[in-house]
Amino acid sequence: MDITDVSVSRGKKSKKMKNKKPQKKNEREEASGAEKEEEEKKKMNQSESATALPSTSHLHQVKNKQRRHLMFIKLKQEKKKQRMQLRKKKKKEREALGDKAPPKEIPKTIENQRVYDETAVDPEDEEVAFDEGTDEFSSYFNGLTNPKVLITTSDRPRGRTVRFCEQLATVIPNAYVYYRRGLALKRIIPQCVARDFTYLVVINEDRKVPNGMVLCHLPEGPTAHFKVSNVRLRKELKRRGKDPTQHYPEVILNNFTTRLGHSIGRLFAALFPQDPQFVGRQVATFHNQRDFIFFRFHRYIFKNEKKVGIQELGPRFTLKLRSLQKGTFDSKFGEYEWVLKRHEMDACRRKFQL
Amino acid sequence: MCNRSSCPLANSQYATIKEEKGQCFLYMKVIERAAFPAKMWEKVKLSKNYEKALDQIDENLIYWPRFLRHKCKQRFTKITQYLIRMRKLVLKRQRKLVPLSRKVEQREKRKEEKALMAAQLDNAIEKELLERLKQGTYGDIYNFPVHAFDKALEQQNEESESEEEEEEEEEEEDVGSREFVADDEVEESDLSDFEDMNRLKTSSDEEEEEASEEEEMEVQMTKLSRSKGKAPAKGSAARKKRAYVEIEYEQETEPGPKNRTT
Repeated sequence: MDITDVSVSRGKKSKKMKNKKPQKKNEREEASGAEKEEEEKKKMNQSESATALPSTSHLHQVKNKQRRHLMFIKLKQEKKKQRMQLRKKKKKEREALGDKAPPKEIPKTIENQRVYDETAVDPEDEEVAFDEGTDEFSSYFNGLTNPKVLITTSDRPRGRTVRFCEQLATVIPNAYVYYRRGLALKRIIPQCVARDFTYLVVINEDRKVPNGMVLCHLPEGPTAHFKVSNVRLRKELKRRGKDPTQHYPEVILNNFTTRLGHSIGRLFAALFPQDPQFVGRQVATFHNQRDFIFFRFHRYIFKNEKKVGIQELGPRFTLKLRSLQKGTFDSKFGEYEWVLKRHEMDACRRKFQL
Repeated sequence: MCNRSSCPLANSQYATIKEEKGQCFLYMKVIERAAFPAKMWEKVKLSKNYEKALDQIDENLIYWPRFLRHKCKQRFTKITQYLIRMRKLVLKRQRKLVPLSRKVEQREKRKEEKALMAAQLDNAIEKELLERLKQGTYGDIYNFPVHAFDKALEQQNEESESEEEEEEEEEEEDVGSREFVADDEVEESDLSDFEDMNRLKTSSDEEEEEASEEEEMEVQMTKLSRSKGKAPAKGSAARKKRAYVEIEYEQETEPGPKNRTT
């Protein structure tokens, strides 16, 4: 418990206090003590609080850690009380003014303060529309191909991963699960292409828990490598519904704003068939928030035109994109479109890639 | 110091096989060079061919004790086997171990939790579904859009639009669509002559108005049968469906005859 901790809130002088060396402690004590007395007097004059403030000038002098800690806690509580009082006062003022009150300030969130990304896609951007019309997914979005997904794991999967793959296969229509048995991916891929698969999903496992996912669009498509976390299997979900049926689900893609986000969004959209069966009332959601993609699978029901109820079925997991590669899976010679570089990209808290 | 026959320190005459970067060498030590430590070991490069290398060993270790020769050959065999296995493994898929930094993992976990809280997934999904319903992506499966239309219409009623538009819209709506209406709004008796009765509302003010209207209506209907020219005009006014029809008093019908006289 340093003196500076306490005096920061007190006034301008406190910042100078921080820079002074500990040799000048006596001076500091006196100065800060004097300053505190001043502050206390001021506060008494302003009569904001009827009671006298607790004398925190002795906080750093108390040698007993427990007692010091208690004093600190009391100080914090006092501060909190004052803050609440201030807020109540403001609220009363606001109510008293009624319509004339100044508009409420919008609190700053990370989403508000997000650094503007120049690759953010404009809905009417022609170049983007043209690109998307001619990229690897164009055949899917033009309705030519139907998705057929092969789900597999890394070598020797444990029970959790196996169950996860099975549940994924029920969520994604037209999905087949095959065991790996030590086959090389580079050999699997031509076989898949030969059998008309459009997607290859490899769930990587570490310490009996799935922790990575490679999503490979097959005929020469992009390969995305994700980090998987927070996997919840069906029986671990609370208040869940019955098993999903065979109807094609709808797809919701939220918050994919940049070019990269767009391409990842299309990657996810192409997993599911183009014509969702609304009779089934199932929806798969990929929600991007701060570069984390949350996957949820729900069943919805419209109670009236203003309210809808959703019930979670299937598994849930979160993905974080690690790299996007142009061709099919090739870790050595592949051409990477985007790679997560932690030092560059994670440096700023308000900058996101997707 | 040990005194076994496989110890290089105990035996002044000794031979081993060592491998360097995939190449095997035969090292030999003899008593004559014991005084020259720098030149003590004689190094012979062995051929890559297994049999030829064995012959080389035999040739170099001729007249050496049988035990040493045997041990050298054994060692050489073992080395070649593991070299072969290494070469095979390189061709197969190799598992790459990526080290995880605990700090980074904890940071990411925390960020994920915060992102999850900020995402408010349920709300976002519900909003999106309602949007899709409004935009009509579900087509005709749900009947709700009609309700929205009705509500918008009622709002227009209160804003006092013209009655004709109302009547037209209502007629268009009523055809073929189903409405779920509250019980008190449905008039179960078949008094279709008095169109106002069908639109009986629950609010008390309107009830009063309606009540007074009904009285006026009855009075006017009786009047209709008597007066000639003016009646149809008044009658049509009386048959208006509006809730806020002006209350007409009996006296107003009488000015007619007064005008005639002047």
